[in-house]
Order: sequence, then structure tokens, then C-alpha cells
Amino acid sequence: MPDTATILTVIAIVVKVVIATMVIFSLPLPLTWIERKVAGHIQVRLGPWRVGPHGLLQPVADTIKLLFKEDIVPAKADKFLFWLAPLMAMVPAFAVFAAIPIGDTVMVPIINQEIALYIADMNVGILYILAIGGLGIYGIILGGWASNSKYALLGGLRSSAQMISYEIAISFAAIGVVMMSNSLSLVEIVRSQNHGIFSWNFFYLPVGPVWFAIFFIGSLAEINRIPFDLPEDEGTLSSGYITEYSGMKFSFFMLAEYVAMVSVSILAVIMFFGGWNSPFPFTIGLPSILADLLALIWFFGKVCFFIYLFMWLRFTLPRYRYDHLMVIGWKILIPLSLVTLLVTGFMRIIG
Amino acid sequence: MIIPYLGVLIIVGLVGFMGVMSFFASFIMRPRNPYAEKLTPWECGMEPVGEANAGHFRVHYFIIAILFIVFDVETLFLFPWATLLTDKGLSGFIFIEMIVFVAILAIGFIYAWVKGALEWV
Repeated sequence: MPDTATILTVIAIVVKVVIATMVIFSLPLPLTWIERKVAGHIQVRLGPWRVGPHGLLQPVADTIKLLFKEDIVPAKADKFLFWLAPLMAMVPAFAVFAAIPIGDTVMVPIINQEIALYIADMNVGILYILAIGGLGIYGIILGGWASNSKYALLGGLRSSAQMISYEIAISFAAIGVVMMSNSLSLVEIVRSQNHGIFSWNFFYLPVGPVWFAIFFIGSLAEINRIPFDLPEDEGTLSSGYITEYSGMKFSFFMLAEYVAMVSVSILAVIMFFGGWNSPFPFTIGLPSILADLLALIWFFGKVCFFIYLFMWLRFTLPRYRYDHLMVIGWKILIPLSLVTLLVTGFMRIIG
Repeated sequence: MIIPYLGVLIIVGLVGFMGVMSFFASFIMRPRNPYAEKLTPWECGMEPVGEANAGHFRVHYFIIAILFIVFDVETLFLFPWATLLTDKGLSGFIFIEMIVFVAILAIGFIYAWVKGALEWV
């Protein structure tokens, strides 16, 4: 018979998982609206405008449309894998959040309980995220293969080759962060950066910015965003692996992409920009509830900045050619990360 | 402790369930009106020739996959080393090990490069 504390922990985990899943599931609604608004304003037009005030109900209209849209399965497709692939793409994108913290433990005043703002503080957090994030490739390559369409097959192959190439660079960047923070747990990594802006891993000069550049370029390619959105290169591949998909299945691939963008933004903030720590090295004597609130504001402010950065890049840069993409991944990022690995090692051992 | 990983199980189950439910909701609401032309793979309006997934793709993707496995396993070996990096008692050993390991990685990488495995023509 488990004791009361264990039961409470389990209940807390279940409640947090349900809340997190619901929030993440509905997150693409505002994100698609924001993305199209950002696109509109960057290109000097209005963006969504007709449905609701400022087009605010546009995502709802899109959802209804996708729900009622006919689901076309090509006659020669592998029916089961065609159905399974969107789920295989979506589930890992969500499962990553089981290890992602959004804050430290906080004292909630009314119920007088310590609540941890993470589902689980895994001691192998970074490793878990890399492993589960890598599973998303299965959804893409299965979707491309099961469609039995040439564009979809080529898109799926290209996409998986691109993602596995850049996953090495991301793993190296994660090793760099582990070297600078001496822990694999994401909560510990944030705690190691709590002495103001110059204790953030980004400002571990001279290697911090290099690791961040490797991580950022790698994650741009990993989540298939412009300038590395070769899988959806409409000029040569129509829509890549989602060519044959429609309706709900198509929307699940899109959902996975947006969720991946959010998780990568959160990871960039946690690994390089101090997570929920403020950039000031001193603490002013705030009551603890206000300090906790301020930490959350810092965290979400940084995350929003990164999400905006991804959108900004999408509507600013042109797309790379595929061989250039492979050259950047294999011939620039990997040698660069090997050299940076040595330099960081020297600095940590000697310093 | 196994309890932190309970969250993974619940999140996978919940998202899988929500996904299947969304499919089901869409299944009972959407129209269904297939005909032979609609169900052919999209190829710019041309009649598709041959099977797409018969396995005719460039061998280069395969080489990239092999290289990925090699490098990914090697980065995996670097994780425990990175966590122990500033352990004072081990610093001499770690220092030499770092040089040797990265040298082995670099030799393999240079070999692949010289052999032309990284060229994408």
C-alpha cells in the first residue's frame, strides 16, 4: 500500500499533465493567428481581418473547416500507416513537455502548498528531450512513405535526412550546455544561471554564443522552419510529405510543427538565457508570491521573444538549396562544434 | 525513482486518445465522396507511372543515415563525460580522455569527408 505522499505526488502529476496537454493542444490556435498577423505586417498588409475583430476568430474558422473537410486517402496508400503517421508525429512533440519546466517550486498562498512548476524533474532531462524529439522523424518518414506518392516520398526522405543531420549538431550544443552547467536536469541547468545576465550560458564567453548559434541553426532545421523548410519546398516538391494529407490528419502535422516550435523556444530560453531568472544580479525584497510571478513573466517574455524570432525569420529569409543545407549541417556545424567542444573543455578544466 | 516517468506515460496516452477522438469526430462529421481520379496520388494532373514506394531512392540518404548513427552514438558517450567535467580528482584523466575521444571522432569525420560521403551533388 503506497503512502499518502506518493499518492499526492501521483495526483499532482496527473493534474499537471492534463493541464499542460490541454494548454499545448490549444496553443496553435493563437499561434497561427499571430503568425499570419506577423506575416501580414512584415509584408505591409493586414493579415487575417474578416472573421471576427482583427481576424481573431480566424483560427476557429480554420479548425471547423479542417474538421469538416473530406479525408482523402490515396487508393494505393498503406491505409494503416497513413492513419498512424500523423499520430506518430504529434505524440512525441507533446511528450517532450513531460520534462520541460516552466518555473521552480512556488509557494501557493491560499492552499499553503509547495507546487513545482514542472511535471517531473528528470535527472536525464536533456537526454530525454533529444531522444523523444528524435522520434518525430518516424511520423514524417512514415507519412511520406505510406502515401505512395512520389512527391510525398521525396519530401519524407529529404525531411528525415535533414532532421537527422541537424540532430547531431543539436546534441553537441546540448553537450556544451551540460559542460557549462554540470547537469543533465533542466531545472539544475536553470539554477546554475541565477546570478544575473552574465551567468547565463549565452554569456559564457567566448564559447556561449557559438553554442547558441549551433543550437539555434540546428533547431531551425529540426523543426522545418524557413530558411530550412526544404521538406515543404513547394517549388520542387509541392508540399513534401503532407502532399496527400487533408483534413484532421493534415492539421495534426501542423499541430506537431507549432508545438515543436514552442518547445524549441522554451529549450533555447532554458539552456542559454537563464530560464526564469531575471537578468539582474541582485534581488529586491519582494514578497515570495510576487517574486514567483515575476519569474514566470520573465520566462514567458523570453519564450515569446523566441517564438516571434522564428516567425520573423520565416518572413524575412529565402529558402536554402538542399545541397547547401547539407553542407551547412555536416561541413560547418559539426567541425565547429567539435572545436568548440575542445575549447569549452579546456576552459572548464583549467578555469 | 520511477514516478517522474509516470508523466510520460500519461501524456502519451492522453495525446493518443485525444488524437483518435479528433479523428473520430472528424469521421462522423465530414462528407465522403470518393471517386477513382480523386484517389490517385497528386502529380500535377498527370497519370502516375509506377509505384512510388518501391524503394527507388538515392543511396545517399542511406549513407547519411549510417553517418548519423555513428555520430549520434558518439555524442551519447560524451554526455557522462560532460557531467563529470569539473570533478577535481579526475581532471587529469578527463583532460587526456577529452583529447583522445575528440581525436577519434575527428579522424572518423575526416575519413568520411575525404571519401566524399558528405558531398551532395
